Amino acid sequence: MGSQPRLIEVRKNVLKQNDLVARALREQFRAAGVFVVSLVSSPGSGKTMFLEKTLTLLRQHYRVAALVGDLATENDAVRLARSQAPVKQITTGTLCHLEAAMVQNALQEWDLNQLDFLFIENVGNLVCPSSYDLGENLRLVLISVTEGEDKPLKYPTIFNSADVAVVTKMDLASAVEFDWQTAYGNIQAVRPGMQVFKLSAKNGQGMDEYLSFLKKRLDESRVTATI
Amino acid sequence: MHELSIAMSIIELVQEESDKRGGAQVSAVHLKLGALSGVVKEALLGSFEMACEDTPLKGARLVIEDVPVLIFCRSCQAKCPISSVQLFCCAECGTPSAEVVQGKELEVVALEIEEWDHSPV
Repeated sequence: MGSQPRLIEVRKNVLKQNDLVARALREQFRAAGVFVVSLVSSPGSGKTMFLEKTLTLLRQHYRVAALVGDLATENDAVRLARSQAPVKQITTGTLCHLEAAMVQNALQEWDLNQLDFLFIENVGNLVCPSSYDLGENLRLVLISVTEGEDKPLKYPTIFNSADVAVVTKMDLASAVEFDWQTAYGNIQAVRPGMQVFKLSAKNGQGMDEYLSFLKKRLDESRVTATI
Repeated sequence: MHELSIAMSIIELVQEESDKRGGAQVSAVHLKLGALSGVVKEALLGSFEMACEDTPLKGARLVIEDVPVLIFCRSCQAKCPISSVQLFCCAECGTPSAEVVQGKELEVVALEIEEWDHSPV
């Protein structure tokens, strides 16, 4: 008695389970009229400071909340709570990225109908989060001026999975001799046409333009949702 | 490094498919891996081997087909390769394009299963 290999066709996306949950989340967000923004960056790019400012400023006119992914600590959630917006921590343990099911679990106790904006801060990592759809409307990739201009060339995949880029810590640009044109050119090389905001969450430079953009996208998403 | 979770997702998917076929013994898994999938081939191969231990897939091979990036080029009006993943321009004419039409694949395309020959010797 012998064995013979036979080839059978399968054609299944490895992350289909995550994609199914992400699709369900996207539908849930649409029905509730909440605009969902996720943030990806390296550790230390100023994601939490940037989000704290975003929440504080938007909270004056909008209902906002945030989910924060972190490997082990709750430090980020504590910092973000200073904005007085509802914040929930997702501790991922050793996992280097958020998955759609974690977002779904974290949202169970929240009434999405009571929100205009929901922010999801991913784990600080420019590699792994790129593969996982979280059902968000918009994915922001952040780089800070202290990281150097070539980050986009080193991590083209994450720039390709994101919709918009934000260059943070612009208040430090001259101190670290950050070359804006080079950085902008590198972003356009890996993602032609990508919209880029340059700002400083610390001194507020560029925040107005970025917040106006978010408000416009919220309005657009609601118009589309009712058609 | 999320290749181990990817490897475990592959094993889960393969076991589902194997169960559908009466628990067929899988000897190889054929995977399409896009250059923009966010997954590193070498790390995935190592993770897969490790994750297969203590599962019915132990010893199964992972056969990876690399899928290059193709963009839609508006000048050429065609799907074209890019200069490099650091430069999303049509390799033919140099026009920039962010319209990725291929290269994000992370897909199990086929399984090799062992079929026992039950005919009398």
